[in-house]
Amino acid sequence: MTSLWEILSENFMMFTEAAGVTLRLTAVSLFFATFIGLVFAFMKISRLKVLNLIADGYIGLIRGLPLIVQLMFLYFGISSLVTLPRFWAGSVALAIHSGAYVAEIFRGAIQSIDKGQVEAAKSLGMRQSLLMRRVILPQAALRAIPPIGNQFIIGLKDSSLVAYLGVLELYGTALLIQARNFKPFETYLVAGGYYLLMVIIFTILLRKLENRLAVTTRPGGGNGKQKRRRVASGQAAA
Amino acid sequence: MNELMIKYEEVHKYYDDLHVLNDINLEIKRGEVMVLIGPSGSGKSTLIRTMNFLETIDSGTITIEGKTIHRKTENLDKIRERVGMVFQQFNLFPHMTAIENVIEAPVHVKRIDKKTAREKGMALLTKVGLGDKADSHPHQLSGGQQQRVAIARSLAMEPDVMLFDEVTSALDPELVGDVLQVMKDLARSGMTMVVVTHEMGFAREVGDRVLMMDAGQIIEEGPPEKFFIDPENERTKRFLKEIL
Repeated sequence: MTSLWEILSENFMMFTEAAGVTLRLTAVSLFFATFIGLVFAFMKISRLKVLNLIADGYIGLIRGLPLIVQLMFLYFGISSLVTLPRFWAGSVALAIHSGAYVAEIFRGAIQSIDKGQVEAAKSLGMRQSLLMRRVILPQAALRAIPPIGNQFIIGLKDSSLVAYLGVLELYGTALLIQARNFKPFETYLVAGGYYLLMVIIFTILLRKLENRLAVTTRPGGGNGKQKRRRVASGQAAA
Repeated sequence: MNELMIKYEEVHKYYDDLHVLNDINLEIKRGEVMVLIGPSGSGKSTLIRTMNFLETIDSGTITIEGKTIHRKTENLDKIRERVGMVFQQFNLFPHMTAIENVIEAPVHVKRIDKKTAREKGMALLTKVGLGDKADSHPHQLSGGQQQRVAIARSLAMEPDVMLFDEVTSALDPELVGDVLQVMKDLARSGMTMVVVTHEMGFAREVGDRVLMMDAGQIIEEGPPEKFFIDPENERTKRFLKEIL
Protein backbone atom coordinates (compact mmCIF):
# COMPACT_ATOMS: atom_id res chain seq x y z
CA MET A 1 0.00 0.00 0.00
CA THR A 2 2.80 2.40 0.82
CA SER A 3 4.46 1.69 -2.49
CA LEU A 4 1.16 2.40 -4.28
CA TRP A 5 1.02 5.81 -2.63
CA GLU A 6 4.69 6.39 -3.39
CA ILE A 7 4.26 5.55 -7.04
CA LEU A 8 1.31 7.89 -7.33
CA SER A 9 2.96 10.81 -5.56
CA GLU A 10 6.31 10.37 -7.31
CA ASN A 11 4.72 10.25 -10.75
CA PHE A 12 1.62 12.32 -10.11
CA MET A 13 2.37 14.96 -12.75
CA MET A 14 3.30 12.36 -15.34
CA PHE A 15 0.13 10.33 -14.74
CA THR A 16 -2.10 13.37 -14.74
CA GLU A 17 -0.59 14.78 -17.89
CA ALA A 18 -0.93 11.35 -19.50
CA ALA A 19 -4.57 11.20 -18.46
CA GLY A 20 -4.95 14.55 -20.20
CA VAL A 21 -3.50 13.05 -23.38
CA THR A 22 -5.95 10.12 -23.07
CA LEU A 23 -8.83 12.55 -22.72
CA ARG A 24 -7.75 14.57 -25.74
CA LEU A 25 -7.18 11.42 -27.76
CA THR A 26 -10.65 10.21 -26.82
CA ALA A 27 -12.34 13.53 -27.50
CA VAL A 28 -10.69 14.01 -30.90
CA SER A 29 -11.25 10.41 -32.04
CA LEU A 30 -14.88 10.31 -30.90
CA PHE A 31 -15.61 13.67 -32.50
CA PHE A 32 -14.46 12.29 -35.85
CA ALA A 33 -16.09 8.92 -35.14
CA THR A 34 -19.43 10.68 -34.70
CA PHE A 35 -18.99 12.38 -38.04
CA ILE A 36 -17.88 9.16 -39.77
CA GLY A 37 -20.72 7.29 -38.08
CA LEU A 38 -23.31 9.74 -39.33
CA VAL A 39 -22.04 9.54 -42.91
CA PHE A 40 -21.99 5.73 -42.95
CA ALA A 41 -25.36 5.47 -41.21
CA PHE A 42 -26.87 7.51 -44.05
CA MET A 43 -25.05 5.38 -46.60
CA LYS A 44 -26.52 2.26 -45.02
CA ILE A 45 -30.10 3.52 -45.15
CA SER A 46 -29.67 5.04 -48.59
CA ARG A 47 -31.66 3.70 -51.50
CA LEU A 48 -28.47 3.50 -53.55
CA LYS A 49 -27.14 -0.06 -53.51
CA VAL A 50 -23.54 1.08 -54.08
CA LEU A 51 -23.59 3.14 -50.91
CA ASN A 52 -25.10 0.22 -48.94
CA LEU A 53 -22.31 -2.02 -50.16
CA ILE A 54 -19.54 0.42 -49.27
CA ALA A 55 -20.99 0.93 -45.78
CA ASP A 56 -21.45 -2.81 -45.26
CA GLY A 57 -17.87 -3.43 -46.35
CA TYR A 58 -16.45 -0.82 -44.00
CA ILE A 59 -18.51 -1.91 -40.99
CA GLY A 60 -17.92 -5.60 -41.67
CA LEU A 61 -14.17 -5.16 -41.94
CA ILE A 62 -13.86 -3.04 -38.81
CA ARG A 63 -16.02 -5.36 -36.74
CA GLY A 64 -14.21 -8.40 -38.04
CA LEU A 65 -10.66 -7.41 -37.08
CA PRO A 66 -8.98 -6.95 -33.68
CA LEU A 67 -8.47 -3.30 -32.83
CA ILE A 68 -4.72 -3.69 -32.34
CA VAL A 69 -4.38 -5.15 -35.84
CA GLN A 70 -6.37 -2.25 -37.26
CA LEU A 71 -4.27 0.26 -35.36
CA MET A 72 -1.01 -1.15 -36.66
CA PHE A 73 -2.39 -1.47 -40.14
CA LEU A 74 -3.85 2.04 -40.19
CA TYR A 75 -0.82 3.58 -38.49
CA PHE A 76 1.67 2.16 -40.95
CA GLY A 77 -0.78 2.73 -43.79
CA ILE A 78 -1.39 6.33 -42.85
CA SER A 79 2.25 7.12 -42.19
CA SER A 80 3.28 5.67 -45.55
CA LEU A 81 0.99 8.22 -47.22
CA VAL A 82 1.46 11.25 -45.00
CA THR A 83 3.66 12.01 -42.04
CA LEU A 84 1.34 12.66 -39.15
CA PRO A 85 2.35 13.23 -35.55
CA ARG A 86 1.74 10.04 -33.54
CA PHE A 87 -1.09 11.64 -31.60
CA TRP A 88 -3.01 12.43 -34.78
CA ALA A 89 -2.27 9.11 -36.44
CA GLY A 90 -3.61 7.39 -33.33
CA SER A 91 -6.69 9.61 -33.21
CA VAL A 92 -7.53 8.99 -36.85
CA ALA A 93 -7.09 5.23 -36.44
CA LEU A 94 -9.33 5.16 -33.35
CA ALA A 95 -11.92 7.33 -35.11
CA ILE A 96 -12.07 4.97 -38.08
CA HIS A 97 -12.57 2.08 -35.67
CA SER A 98 -15.24 3.66 -33.45
CA GLY A 99 -16.96 5.16 -36.50
CA ALA A 100 -18.17 1.74 -37.59
CA TYR A 101 -19.89 1.08 -34.27
CA VAL A 102 -21.28 4.60 -34.10
CA ALA A 103 -22.68 4.15 -37.63
CA GLU A 104 -24.61 1.07 -36.52
CA ILE A 105 -25.96 2.91 -33.47
CA PHE A 106 -27.16 5.84 -35.58
CA ARG A 107 -28.68 3.56 -38.21
CA GLY A 108 -30.57 1.64 -35.54
CA ALA A 109 -31.81 4.83 -33.89
CA ILE A 110 -32.99 6.32 -37.19
CA GLN A 111 -34.77 3.13 -38.21
CA SER A 112 -36.41 2.79 -34.79
CA ILE A 113 -38.46 5.95 -35.33
CA ASP A 114 -42.07 5.07 -36.04
CA LYS A 115 -43.05 5.01 -39.72
CA GLY A 116 -46.08 7.12 -38.84
CA GLN A 117 -43.75 10.06 -38.18
CA VAL A 118 -42.50 9.92 -41.76
CA GLU A 119 -46.03 9.60 -43.12
CA ALA A 120 -47.28 12.55 -41.08
CA ALA A 121 -44.36 14.69 -42.24
CA LYS A 122 -44.85 13.67 -45.87
CA SER A 123 -48.56 14.39 -45.70
CA LEU A 124 -47.65 17.93 -44.64
CA GLY A 125 -45.60 18.33 -47.82
CA MET A 126 -42.21 17.95 -46.17
CA ARG A 127 -39.37 16.90 -48.47
CA GLN A 128 -37.25 13.87 -47.55
CA SER A 129 -34.29 16.00 -46.43
CA LEU A 130 -36.46 18.36 -44.40
CA LEU A 131 -38.32 15.60 -42.60
CA MET A 132 -35.05 13.87 -41.85
CA ARG A 133 -33.61 17.03 -40.34
CA ARG A 134 -36.66 18.29 -38.47
CA VAL A 135 -38.55 15.13 -37.54
CA ILE A 136 -36.41 11.99 -37.62
CA LEU A 137 -32.95 13.11 -36.50
CA PRO A 138 -33.99 15.00 -33.35
CA GLN A 139 -35.87 11.92 -32.14
CA ALA A 140 -33.18 9.50 -33.27
CA ALA A 141 -30.45 11.53 -31.55
CA LEU A 142 -32.30 11.21 -28.29
CA ARG A 143 -32.58 7.46 -28.64
CA ALA A 144 -28.94 7.17 -29.63
CA ILE A 145 -27.63 8.88 -26.50
CA PRO A 146 -27.49 5.83 -24.16
CA PRO A 147 -25.78 3.49 -26.66
CA ILE A 148 -23.50 6.29 -27.88
CA GLY A 149 -22.48 6.98 -24.29
CA ASN A 150 -21.66 3.32 -23.94
CA GLN A 151 -19.61 3.40 -27.13
CA PHE A 152 -17.77 6.50 -25.89
CA ILE A 153 -16.77 4.67 -22.72
CA ILE A 154 -15.43 1.82 -24.84
CA GLY A 155 -13.61 4.41 -26.96
CA LEU A 156 -11.98 5.94 -23.89
CA LYS A 157 -10.64 2.57 -22.78
CA ASP A 158 -9.66 1.46 -26.30
CA SER A 159 -7.49 4.56 -26.62
CA SER A 160 -4.99 2.73 -24.36
CA LEU A 161 -3.96 0.60 -27.33
CA VAL A 162 -2.37 3.52 -29.17
CA ALA A 163 0.41 3.22 -26.58
CA TYR A 164 1.77 0.65 -29.02
CA LEU A 165 2.06 3.39 -31.64
CA GLY A 166 4.33 5.23 -29.22
CA VAL A 167 1.79 7.74 -27.94
CA LEU A 168 2.46 8.58 -24.32
CA GLU A 169 -1.09 8.50 -23.06
CA LEU A 170 -2.11 6.96 -19.76
CA TYR A 171 -1.31 3.32 -20.51
CA GLY A 172 1.84 4.17 -22.47
CA THR A 173 3.05 6.22 -19.51
CA ALA A 174 2.33 3.36 -17.11
CA LEU A 175 4.35 1.06 -19.38
CA LEU A 176 7.24 3.48 -19.15
CA ILE A 177 7.06 3.98 -15.38
CA GLN A 178 6.86 0.30 -14.51
CA ALA A 179 9.88 -0.37 -16.70
CA ARG A 180 11.80 2.06 -14.51
CA ASN A 181 10.52 1.15 -11.03
CA PHE A 182 10.02 -2.61 -11.55
CA LYS A 183 6.65 -2.42 -9.77
CA PRO A 184 4.20 -3.28 -12.57
CA PHE A 185 1.32 -4.31 -10.30
CA GLU A 186 1.14 -1.04 -8.37
CA THR A 187 1.85 1.07 -11.42
CA TYR A 188 -0.94 -0.48 -13.47
CA LEU A 189 -3.24 -0.22 -10.48
CA VAL A 190 -2.69 3.54 -10.40
CA ALA A 191 -3.30 3.76 -14.16
CA GLY A 192 -6.46 1.66 -13.73
CA GLY A 193 -7.64 4.04 -11.03
CA TYR A 194 -7.31 6.95 -13.44
CA TYR A 195 -9.32 5.14 -16.13
CA LEU A 196 -12.01 4.18 -13.66
CA LEU A 197 -12.29 7.73 -12.36
CA MET A 198 -12.66 9.13 -15.88
CA VAL A 199 -15.33 6.57 -16.78
CA ILE A 200 -17.27 7.25 -13.58
CA ILE A 201 -17.25 11.02 -14.15
CA PHE A 202 -18.35 10.52 -17.77
CA THR A 203 -21.14 8.18 -16.68
CA ILE A 204 -22.47 10.72 -14.18
CA LEU A 205 -22.45 13.49 -16.80
CA LEU A 206 -24.21 11.21 -19.25
CA ARG A 207 -26.92 10.34 -16.75
CA LYS A 208 -27.48 14.03 -16.04
CA LEU A 209 -27.86 14.72 -19.74
CA GLU A 210 -30.30 11.84 -20.19
CA ASN A 211 -32.44 12.98 -17.28
CA ARG A 212 -32.59 16.53 -18.50
CA LEU A 213 -33.65 15.47 -22.00
CA ALA A 214 -36.14 12.96 -20.62
CA VAL A 215 -38.07 15.67 -18.77
CA THR A 216 -39.06 17.55 -21.90
CA THR A 217 -39.16 14.91 -24.57
CA ARG A 218 -39.69 11.31 -23.56
CA PRO A 219 -43.29 10.17 -23.62
CA GLY A 220 -44.27 9.66 -19.97
CA GLY A 221 -41.10 8.50 -18.20
CA GLY A 222 -38.94 11.29 -16.89
CA ASN A 223 -41.73 13.72 -16.39
CA GLY A 224 -43.80 11.55 -14.10
CA LYS A 225 -40.77 10.70 -12.04
CA GLN A 226 -40.00 14.36 -11.48
CA LYS A 227 -43.55 15.11 -10.49
CA ARG A 228 -43.49 12.31 -7.95
CA ARG A 229 -40.26 13.59 -6.52
CA ARG A 230 -41.73 17.04 -6.16
CA VAL A 231 -44.77 15.68 -4.33
CA ALA A 232 -42.58 13.65 -2.00
CA SER A 233 -40.41 16.62 -1.04
CA GLY A 234 -43.54 18.72 -0.57
CA GLN A 235 -44.84 16.24 1.97
CA ALA A 236 -41.52 16.15 3.74
CA ALA A 237 -41.57 19.93 4.08
CA ALA A 238 -45.09 19.89 5.49
CA MET B 1 -70.11 22.35 -55.37
CA ASN B 2 -69.49 21.11 -58.88
CA GLU B 3 -65.77 21.63 -59.20
CA LEU B 4 -64.02 18.28 -59.42
CA MET B 5 -61.35 17.76 -56.75
CA ILE B 6 -60.37 14.12 -57.03
CA LYS B 7 -60.97 11.67 -59.85
CA TYR B 8 -59.99 7.98 -59.91
CA GLU B 9 -60.07 6.08 -63.18
CA GLU B 10 -59.62 2.31 -63.31
CA VAL B 11 -57.21 2.26 -60.41
CA HIS B 12 -55.68 -1.08 -59.45
CA LYS B 13 -53.24 -2.03 -56.75
CA TYR B 14 -51.80 -5.38 -55.74
CA TYR B 15 -49.89 -6.64 -52.71
CA ASP B 16 -48.28 -9.64 -54.37
CA ASP B 17 -51.30 -11.83 -55.16
CA LEU B 18 -53.76 -9.76 -53.20
CA HIS B 19 -55.85 -7.41 -55.31
CA VAL B 20 -56.24 -4.62 -52.73
CA LEU B 21 -57.74 -2.04 -55.07
CA ASN B 22 -59.81 -3.52 -57.86
CA ASP B 23 -60.96 -1.12 -60.57
CA ILE B 24 -61.64 1.94 -58.44
CA ASN B 25 -63.53 4.73 -60.19
CA LEU B 26 -64.73 7.72 -58.21
CA GLU B 27 -65.17 11.47 -58.25
CA ILE B 28 -65.12 13.85 -55.34
CA LYS B 29 -66.35 17.41 -55.79
CA ARG B 30 -65.34 20.50 -53.89
CA GLY B 31 -67.10 20.80 -50.54
CA GLU B 32 -68.24 17.20 -50.59
CA VAL B 33 -67.92 14.91 -47.56
CA MET B 34 -67.36 11.34 -48.69
CA VAL B 35 -67.48 8.57 -46.12
CA LEU B 36 -65.76 5.26 -46.81
CA ILE B 37 -66.94 2.23 -44.91
CA GLY B 38 -66.35 -1.48 -45.13
CA PRO B 39 -65.00 -4.47 -43.21
CA SER B 40 -61.33 -4.51 -42.22
CA GLY B 41 -59.12 -5.61 -45.07
CA SER B 42 -61.57 -4.30 -47.63
CA GLY B 43 -59.05 -1.75 -48.94
CA LYS B 44 -60.60 1.46 -47.61
CA SER B 45 -57.47 2.51 -45.74
CA THR B 46 -55.32 1.70 -48.76
CA LEU B 47 -57.66 3.73 -50.95
CA ILE B 48 -57.53 6.84 -48.76
CA ARG B 49 -53.74 6.51 -48.48
CA THR B 50 -53.39 6.58 -52.27
CA MET B 51 -55.07 10.00 -52.24
CA ASN B 52 -51.87 11.60 -50.98
CA PHE B 53 -49.55 8.96 -52.38
CA LEU B 54 -48.49 7.27 -49.18
CA GLU B 55 -49.38 4.21 -51.25
CA THR B 56 -48.54 3.92 -54.92
CA ILE B 57 -50.91 2.40 -57.44
CA ASP B 58 -50.10 -0.22 -60.06
CA SER B 59 -52.34 1.01 -62.87
CA GLY B 60 -54.97 3.61 -63.67
CA THR B 61 -54.89 7.34 -63.08
CA ILE B 62 -55.55 9.66 -60.18
CA THR B 63 -56.33 13.29 -60.95
CA ILE B 64 -56.19 15.80 -58.13
CA GLU B 65 -57.33 19.35 -58.84
CA GLY B 66 -56.81 18.85 -62.56
CA LYS B 67 -53.32 17.40 -62.19
CA THR B 68 -52.94 13.78 -63.22
CA ILE B 69 -50.47 11.80 -61.21
CA HIS B 70 -48.61 8.91 -62.73
CA ARG B 71 -46.74 6.29 -60.80
CA LYS B 72 -43.57 8.31 -60.35
CA THR B 73 -44.63 11.88 -60.34
CA GLU B 74 -42.02 14.56 -60.09
CA ASN B 75 -43.48 16.60 -57.31
CA LEU B 76 -45.63 14.72 -54.83
CA ASP B 77 -44.67 17.12 -52.04
CA LYS B 78 -46.43 20.01 -53.77
CA ILE B 79 -49.63 18.00 -54.09
CA ARG B 80 -49.38 16.75 -50.52
CA GLU B 81 -49.31 20.36 -49.33
CA ARG B 82 -52.87 20.70 -50.61
CA VAL B 83 -54.13 17.38 -49.28
CA GLY B 84 -54.17 17.17 -45.49
CA MET B 85 -54.25 13.85 -43.69
CA VAL B 86 -55.12 12.77 -40.16
CA PHE B 87 -54.10 9.31 -38.95
CA GLN B 88 -55.47 6.74 -36.55
CA GLN B 89 -52.31 6.94 -34.40
CA PHE B 90 -52.20 10.79 -34.43
CA ASN B 91 -48.49 10.79 -35.37
CA LEU B 92 -47.76 14.09 -33.68
CA PHE B 93 -44.09 14.97 -33.47
CA PRO B 94 -43.27 14.06 -29.85
CA HIS B 95 -40.29 16.39 -29.54
CA MET B 96 -42.38 19.47 -30.31
CA THR B 97 -45.11 21.24 -28.36
CA ALA B 98 -48.65 21.44 -29.74
CA ILE B 99 -48.10 24.84 -31.31
CA GLU B 100 -44.71 23.79 -32.70
CA ASN B 101 -46.39 20.80 -34.32
CA VAL B 102 -48.94 23.10 -35.90
CA ILE B 103 -46.49 25.69 -37.28
CA GLU B 104 -43.78 23.23 -38.37
CA ALA B 105 -44.94 22.79 -41.97
CA PRO B 106 -46.17 26.38 -42.54
CA VAL B 107 -42.79 27.71 -41.41
CA HIS B 108 -40.50 25.16 -43.07
CA VAL B 109 -42.50 24.11 -46.12
CA LYS B 110 -44.50 27.21 -46.99
CA ARG B 111 -41.88 29.53 -45.48
CA ILE B 112 -44.39 31.74 -43.72
CA ASP B 113 -42.72 33.92 -41.08
CA LYS B 114 -42.84 32.46 -37.61
CA LYS B 115 -44.90 35.21 -36.02
CA THR B 116 -47.72 35.01 -38.58
CA ALA B 117 -47.66 31.21 -38.47
CA ARG B 118 -47.90 31.30 -34.70
CA GLU B 119 -50.88 33.64 -34.75
CA LYS B 120 -52.68 31.44 -37.27
CA GLY B 121 -51.66 28.33 -35.36
CA MET B 122 -53.05 29.68 -32.10
CA ALA B 123 -56.33 30.52 -33.85
CA LEU B 124 -56.50 26.92 -35.13
CA LEU B 125 -55.74 25.42 -31.72
CA THR B 126 -58.44 27.62 -30.23
CA LYS B 127 -60.82 26.46 -32.92
CA VAL B 128 -60.27 22.82 -31.95
CA GLY B 129 -60.70 23.76 -28.28
CA LEU B 130 -57.04 23.55 -27.25
CA GLY B 131 -55.94 27.18 -27.08
CA ASP B 132 -54.72 26.60 -23.52
CA LYS B 133 -52.63 23.53 -24.47
CA ALA B 134 -50.37 25.24 -27.01
CA ASP B 135 -47.20 24.71 -24.99
CA SER B 136 -47.92 21.11 -23.95
CA HIS B 137 -45.98 18.24 -25.43
CA PRO B 138 -48.00 15.40 -27.00
CA HIS B 139 -47.34 13.02 -24.10
CA GLN B 140 -49.00 15.50 -21.76
CA LEU B 141 -52.23 15.40 -23.80
CA SER B 142 -55.01 12.82 -23.94
CA GLY B 143 -55.58 10.87 -27.15
CA GLY B 144 -58.54 13.04 -28.08
CA GLN B 145 -56.53 16.20 -27.52
CA GLN B 146 -53.61 14.82 -29.54
CA GLN B 147 -55.94 14.01 -32.39
CA ARG B 148 -57.39 17.52 -32.37
CA VAL B 149 -53.86 18.97 -32.46
CA ALA B 150 -53.19 16.67 -35.43
CA ILE B 151 -56.25 18.07 -37.19
CA ALA B 152 -55.11 21.66 -36.47
CA ARG B 153 -51.65 20.74 -37.79
CA SER B 154 -53.12 19.57 -41.10
CA LEU B 155 -55.41 22.59 -41.37
CA ALA B 156 -52.45 24.93 -40.85
CA MET B 157 -51.31 24.09 -44.39
CA GLU B 158 -54.69 25.36 -45.65
CA PRO B 159 -55.38 22.21 -47.66
CA ASP B 160 -58.15 21.90 -50.24
CA VAL B 161 -58.97 18.35 -49.17
CA MET B 162 -58.76 16.66 -45.78
CA LEU B 163 -58.35 12.89 -45.43
CA PHE B 164 -59.33 11.16 -42.17
CA ASP B 165 -58.17 7.57 -41.76
CA GLU B 166 -60.07 5.99 -38.86
CA VAL B 167 -59.17 8.92 -36.68
CA THR B 168 -61.33 7.93 -33.72
CA SER B 169 -60.52 4.20 -33.68
CA ALA B 170 -57.62 4.50 -31.22
CA LEU B 171 -59.50 6.75 -28.80
CA ASP B 172 -61.27 5.97 -25.54
CA PRO B 173 -65.03 6.14 -26.20
CA GLU B 174 -65.56 9.25 -24.11
CA LEU B 175 -62.95 11.15 -26.14
CA VAL B 176 -64.48 10.39 -29.54
CA GLY B 177 -67.18 13.05 -29.31
CA ASP B 178 -64.83 16.05 -29.21
CA VAL B 179 -62.92 14.86 -32.26
CA LEU B 180 -66.11 14.17 -34.22
CA GLN B 181 -67.41 17.63 -33.26
CA VAL B 182 -64.30 19.25 -34.76
CA MET B 183 -64.83 17.22 -37.94
CA LYS B 184 -68.50 18.19 -38.13
CA ASP B 185 -67.63 21.88 -37.78
CA LEU B 186 -65.06 21.46 -40.50
CA ALA B 187 -67.56 19.78 -42.83
CA ARG B 188 -70.07 22.59 -42.24
CA SER B 189 -67.42 25.18 -43.10
CA GLY B 190 -67.31 23.67 -46.60
CA MET B 191 -64.12 21.60 -46.41
CA THR B 192 -63.82 18.75 -48.90
CA MET B 193 -63.39 15.62 -46.82
CA VAL B 194 -62.79 11.92 -47.29
CA VAL B 195 -63.46 9.99 -44.11
CA VAL B 196 -62.75 6.33 -43.37
CA THR B 197 -64.73 5.54 -40.25
CA HIS B 198 -66.80 3.10 -38.26
CA GLU B 199 -68.85 5.94 -36.77
CA MET B 200 -72.11 5.42 -38.60
CA GLY B 201 -73.78 8.28 -36.74
CA PHE B 202 -71.19 10.63 -38.19
CA ALA B 203 -71.59 9.14 -41.67
CA ARG B 204 -75.32 9.62 -41.53
CA GLU B 205 -75.25 13.13 -40.11
CA VAL B 206 -72.37 14.70 -42.03
CA GLY B 207 -71.72 12.55 -45.09
CA ASP B 208 -72.91 13.69 -48.50
CA ARG B 209 -72.12 10.31 -49.95
CA VAL B 210 -71.31 6.91 -48.45
CA LEU B 211 -69.11 4.36 -50.23
CA MET B 212 -69.04 0.73 -49.22
CA MET B 213 -65.91 -1.26 -50.01
CA ASP B 214 -65.39 -4.99 -49.96
CA ALA B 215 -62.47 -7.05 -51.25
CA GLY B 216 -60.86 -4.07 -52.96
CA GLN B 217 -63.97 -2.94 -54.80
CA ILE B 218 -66.54 -0.23 -54.29
CA ILE B 219 -69.69 -2.32 -54.07
CA GLU B 220 -72.24 0.34 -53.26
CA GLU B 221 -72.48 4.10 -53.06
CA GLY B 222 -75.19 6.59 -52.36
CA PRO B 223 -76.45 9.40 -50.19
CA PRO B 224 -76.66 8.37 -46.51
CA GLU B 225 -80.47 8.62 -46.41
CA LYS B 226 -80.70 5.89 -49.02
CA PHE B 227 -77.56 3.96 -48.09
CA PHE B 228 -78.46 3.26 -44.47
CA ILE B 229 -82.20 2.72 -44.92
CA ASP B 230 -82.45 0.92 -48.20
CA PRO B 231 -79.11 -0.56 -49.34
CA GLU B 232 -79.19 -2.61 -52.53
CA ASN B 233 -76.17 -4.87 -52.16
CA GLU B 234 -76.52 -8.02 -50.03
CA ARG B 235 -73.01 -7.60 -48.62
CA THR B 236 -73.84 -4.03 -47.55
CA LYS B 237 -77.00 -5.21 -45.86
CA ARG B 238 -75.11 -7.82 -43.89
CA PHE B 239 -72.34 -5.38 -42.94
CA LEU B 240 -74.77 -2.74 -41.74
CA LYS B 241 -76.69 -5.31 -39.73
CA GLU B 242 -73.49 -6.40 -38.01
CA ILE B 243 -72.31 -2.99 -36.96
CA LEU B 244 -75.53 -1.11 -36.25
